[in-house]
Amino acid sequence: MKRVVYISGSIVVSVVLIALFVYLTEGKHIPVLQPTGEVAEAQRNLFIFTASLSALVVLPVFALLAYISITFREGNTKAAYRPDWSGNTLLEAIWWGIPILIIGVLAVVTYQTSHSLDPYKELEGGKPVEVQVVALRWKWLFIYPEHHVATLNQAYIPNERPVRFTMTANAPMSAFWIPSLGSQVYAMNGMHSQLNLKGKQAGTYTGYTTNINGEGYAKMTFETNVVDQAKFNAWVDEARQSPNTMDRSMYEQLSQPKSITDKQTYRLADDQLFAIISSTFSHSHSSNGGH
Amino acid sequence: MNEFIQFILGRLSIEYFPKDPVTLGAAIGMPLTVLGLVGLITYLKRWNWLWSNWLTSVDAKKIGIMYIIVAIIMLLRGVADAGMLRLQTALAANGAAGPFSTDTFQQVFTAHGTIMIFFVAMGLAFGIINCVMPLMIGARDMAFPLLNAVSFWLFAAGMVLVNMSLVFGGFSNGGWLGYPPLTGLEYNPGPGVDYWIWSLQVAGIGSLLTGINFVTTILKNRAPGMTLMKMPIFPWSVLVMSVLIMLAFPILTVTLALLGLDRTMGMHFFTSDAGGNPMMYINLIWAWGHPEVYILVLPAFGIFSEIVATYSKKVLFGYKTMVWALLAIMFLSFIVWQHHFFTMGAGANVNAFFGIMTMVIAVPTGVKIFNWLFTMYGGRIAFKAPMIWFLAFVVTFTIGGVTGVMMAVPALDFQVHNTMFLVAHFHNVIIGGVVFGFFAGMMHWFPKIFGFRLHDGLGKLSALFWLIGFILAFIPLYILGLMGAVRRIDSYSDPTWQPLFITSGIGVLFIAGGIGLFVLQLAYSIWKRKQLRDETGDPWDGRTLEWSVPSPAPHYNFAVQPVVAERDEWWRRKQQGRTHVERSEYVDIWLPKNSPVGLVIGVLAGLFGFSIIWHLWWLMAICIVAIIIVVIRRTLIDDNEHHISANELFHEAAKASR
Repeated sequence: MKRVVYISGSIVVSVVLIALFVYLTEGKHIPVLQPTGEVAEAQRNLFIFTASLSALVVLPVFALLAYISITFREGNTKAAYRPDWSGNTLLEAIWWGIPILIIGVLAVVTYQTSHSLDPYKELEGGKPVEVQVVALRWKWLFIYPEHHVATLNQAYIPNERPVRFTMTANAPMSAFWIPSLGSQVYAMNGMHSQLNLKGKQAGTYTGYTTNINGEGYAKMTFETNVVDQAKFNAWVDEARQSPNTMDRSMYEQLSQPKSITDKQTYRLADDQLFAIISSTFSHSHSSNGGH
Repeated sequence: MNEFIQFILGRLSIEYFPKDPVTLGAAIGMPLTVLGLVGLITYLKRWNWLWSNWLTSVDAKKIGIMYIIVAIIMLLRGVADAGMLRLQTALAANGAAGPFSTDTFQQVFTAHGTIMIFFVAMGLAFGIINCVMPLMIGARDMAFPLLNAVSFWLFAAGMVLVNMSLVFGGFSNGGWLGYPPLTGLEYNPGPGVDYWIWSLQVAGIGSLLTGINFVTTILKNRAPGMTLMKMPIFPWSVLVMSVLIMLAFPILTVTLALLGLDRTMGMHFFTSDAGGNPMMYINLIWAWGHPEVYILVLPAFGIFSEIVATYSKKVLFGYKTMVWALLAIMFLSFIVWQHHFFTMGAGANVNAFFGIMTMVIAVPTGVKIFNWLFTMYGGRIAFKAPMIWFLAFVVTFTIGGVTGVMMAVPALDFQVHNTMFLVAHFHNVIIGGVVFGFFAGMMHWFPKIFGFRLHDGLGKLSALFWLIGFILAFIPLYILGLMGAVRRIDSYSDPTWQPLFITSGIGVLFIAGGIGLFVLQLAYSIWKRKQLRDETGDPWDGRTLEWSVPSPAPHYNFAVQPVVAERDEWWRRKQQGRTHVERSEYVDIWLPKNSPVGLVIGVLAGLFGFSIIWHLWWLMAICIVAIIIVVIRRTLIDDNEHHISANELFHEAAKASR
């Protein structure tokens, strides 16, 4: 009787929990699993691959746990009782061996994807669009050195074209992440780090800092607008006519510790701005050893 | 004159009193609670009892109990903190204001992480080990009993510093590992980060001394006949954990000291400018931080190994494999630290190396799980409360292990690092692994320490609440991470996240319910202690030496020094009917006398931390000199042991067995 209560109880609880999570995720946008960028797509596939591979070990463990718990419960005197059974070389070889095989497969994939999805690696599809990113307390400054424009809290990138973000900061360590497009990289004072991305579908995607950098951290988000090349060109032309100018005095204003969530577009008046910002801190070196 | 006042008061100032109502409430409530306790002890005239039985005790079991009491009180605070965090995120969606200011929120999550790791998980680990490890290896005490007391009081002093920040000055807002430059002077000049540094520094020294003590005890104080390969698995896990402590904690001490020098002396180890390098800090803190994860989880593995064998009434499956798995984890845990910051821009080969090393750890860990399962196979499993914790552990820890392996793939980590997915993962392994293990251990060994069992049903119910709460609290966080929710946010603009955050908050309530049931279990069992009394000393049909002595275990542990021939010594003796000890086997013993040195050093170390936080240099100098004097004075005392005759031991043993 007690057992019936236990079993039916746990089935009810499981069903309720599963129903709850189906309800909670129903129709919601999950950018990491529904990506719109080339890098993020590869990462979504990697996510599904590793999860499935792990399931190969986990599901047998759960099944074994249930089977053994039920069969060898104290009340079941029919099951064989072997109090001195202390080991079995073959069995132990199996459960050293299978995980080693699985991890072996995963290690190969890890090595390959560490290279193929290296944030520093340029993506195929022609010369990348250069975007310089500065994490400030607490707002994101984007500089387009080739197009001579700059933006605040919003980025425009052409669809289906590789983009190279080069990051620095004038703030506690921050991180640059657009989940729909893929990969995050830290942005640090006096250093440059890099992230190569490519949009595959026009749209507007939110970007975040994933590393806490003080009071305005949670509100320090930005919009990434992936637009067709023609629209991008039109946007650049319009931005160049902007009455707002990005120069050193404007930068000085923005670098004050204050949360700003408004979006702005500027004409870039100082081509050296990014270089000056990243050399604010007297030692300037690249953040990576391998590149 | 002004200079003199500044010299005396340092940077103490009225402006550091809390202003917002939440912290003000805590700031007033906490001293009142302490005052109330002091009043109560005075009213009950218990000061003498407290002083001679507890505050000056060097008995490992009593020190262990004090660790556990502190850890459980801190668990209540840590869960209250978690409740505040999830209350804020349940409400602060889409422009709505939450109940707490950003600064309060950031202090709360920093305190939550710091307290849960250093003062709950470490406290429970040290507490349980102190209570049972010497018993399991047939030792009367730790190798250095007084040093053990010093360790505990340093731990307590660190705990007091963390909580003092609530009353005066505020805590760090830089996260539990306090990455500079956010925690550097430039961005964070107030006393909060200093509270964080010096509470960890004081407690960390205590942990290091404990590690040394455990290693020495296990290597030197084992019962005659107990070779290392005849030692039960729990002491094995403690040995490996302690080696990790000895290797890792000095890194923490140095890292925090360098950050402290940056902050108090204006140096430039980790600043953005003048040649400092914050990336060095991040490497160093994780060179300690990753082994720390195994410092916490290995003793829990050890506990489960004992529990599964005991309640399955069967010898542990694959003992040698278990030992080798422990040693493999010990070695590997030192070469994975970079996986905490794949996103800092290291090259693909560096990332791949650390990623693969991380996955390799999953192999010995997985092997342990299979060995536990096959310990149960062919057994007669009694599903008492500790086994329910074990089942909950296997389910949650395995899921946590899977997400861990996933995040070990650098290219995948780039999409989930520092998001709620990561938060869910490490709670998955730390709650599922560490907390469930320690609760199982407490319920298993409680009768040995206190002489009566804990109510079994309430223990099972507590485990069930923890498990349901755990699922409700953390599965939504996994999903939120994939939706783009980053960690440590106090507000968000996407309204579709809110139902998941609310579900997570409900999960915290269930967990709080689980803790409430545990407290109820304690209270109810104390009330019904006569019915729950353990007359035999061996309520679970145990396998190892701690069950060979009466419950509660006498302060000298063993009236007669046991001699060991087998791995499961007590089980074999019972099978062969060799449980009786002859009068002729009793001999006189000498035990260490109580000493206030531990308490005094703890108080002085706490004051030392306080004086650095507030720049009271004169007080700091006094504390250092005083500690040196106390230590020298102690070394001059020769008469520090007391004697118990064979006759007394025999009569006490006879009384206990009646």
